[in-house]
Amino acid sequence: MDEDVSGTVKKFMFVNRKAPYGTIYALESLEVVLISAAFDQDVSLVFCDDGVYQLKKGQQTKAAGMKNFSPTFRALEGYDIEKLYVEKESLEARGLTEDDLLVDVTVMSSAEMADMMAEQDVVISF
Amino acid sequence: MLHIVNKSPFERNSLESCMRMAQEGSTILLTEDGVFAVTKGGVSEKALKNLMASKKISVCALWPDLEARGMADNVIDGVKMVDYGGFVDLVADSANVQSWL
Amino acid sequence: MKFGILVNEGPYTHQATDTAYQFAKAAIDKGHSVDRVFFYHDGVNNSSALTEPPQDDRNIVARWTKLAEEHGVDLVVCVAAALRRGIKDDNLAAGFRISGLGQLVESGIQSDRLVVFGD
Repeated sequence: MDEDVSGTVKKFMFVNRKAPYGTIYALESLEVVLISAAFDQDVSLVFCDDGVYQLKKGQQTKAAGMKNFSPTFRALEGYDIEKLYVEKESLEARGLTEDDLLVDVTVMSSAEMADMMAEQDVVISF
Repeated sequence: MLHIVNKSPFERNSLESCMRMAQEGSTILLTEDGVFAVTKGGVSEKALKNLMASKKISVCALWPDLEARGMADNVIDGVKMVDYGGFVDLVADSANVQSWL
Repeated sequence: MKFGILVNEGPYTHQATDTAYQFAKAAIDKGHSVDRVFFYHDGVNNSSALTEPPQDDRNIVARWTKLAEEHGVDLVVCVAAALRRGIKDDNLAAGFRISGLGQLVESGIQSDRLVVFGD
């Protein structure tokens, strides 16, 4: 693949459905998101199911001896990644509200999220 | 849109989440342990039948995975069987694809 | 049509890499091209030259190598994920190369469809 990718703008959606720490997917997903910023694509992140736990305020990983990567979500804005969407049904099912989250997000219904998903060129899930 | 689910519905909620977001006219393909969803008498039978009827969603299953698990003779009516070539066709014919891992 | 493939799981533990391989092979058989397979998370373990499966089982690593040799598929292993898991150029199987995550994003841009296989 040696063709020039500059100028091509695709809609990339990263679907986060897994909780942090129990598995590495959330952390390594964030690494791809940060790299994607360098390619000037139309990037959006969605959080549904246990993925909403990635955005929970107050994560303290010292006693568990793991790397706390949650502050990175607050740095996304600096990478021009500003489209963060959280599924309302997933939040409610876990007894959480928007106030429990550590970054500004847009909360939307499953139906709205489905509409957005259907418009994407590339959907990457971990 | 093509939705791929590779998780048993008895173990994970991937299919449930997928069904919540699958729009009319889309396709759901069950692979790997996901194929247990299309077997008769299972936990997903009713929901899948409803989806096929009401939202005109096409439900497909990868038969090599059903066959490997001894479940090929026990599939819900209306579910389409595909091999890996059929899997490729489904991806090519859909505008985009999401894997519900 | 040009396909890109993302493999998120290692060999043998999970079927994801088998499904990805069967998909790639079927796509090529149908006249499509698979330009790149990107290995991420534990998927990087698909590239270990140290893998020695029992003789009566499939050799997943060798199967990928053969696909690269026969069809020019670019097998890319994520460098950060690989270093975390002890995969280096010293123990990298033939046909694979280690590179950055940008190769995955690039694959998403250049391919007509990017298909994800994982757990």
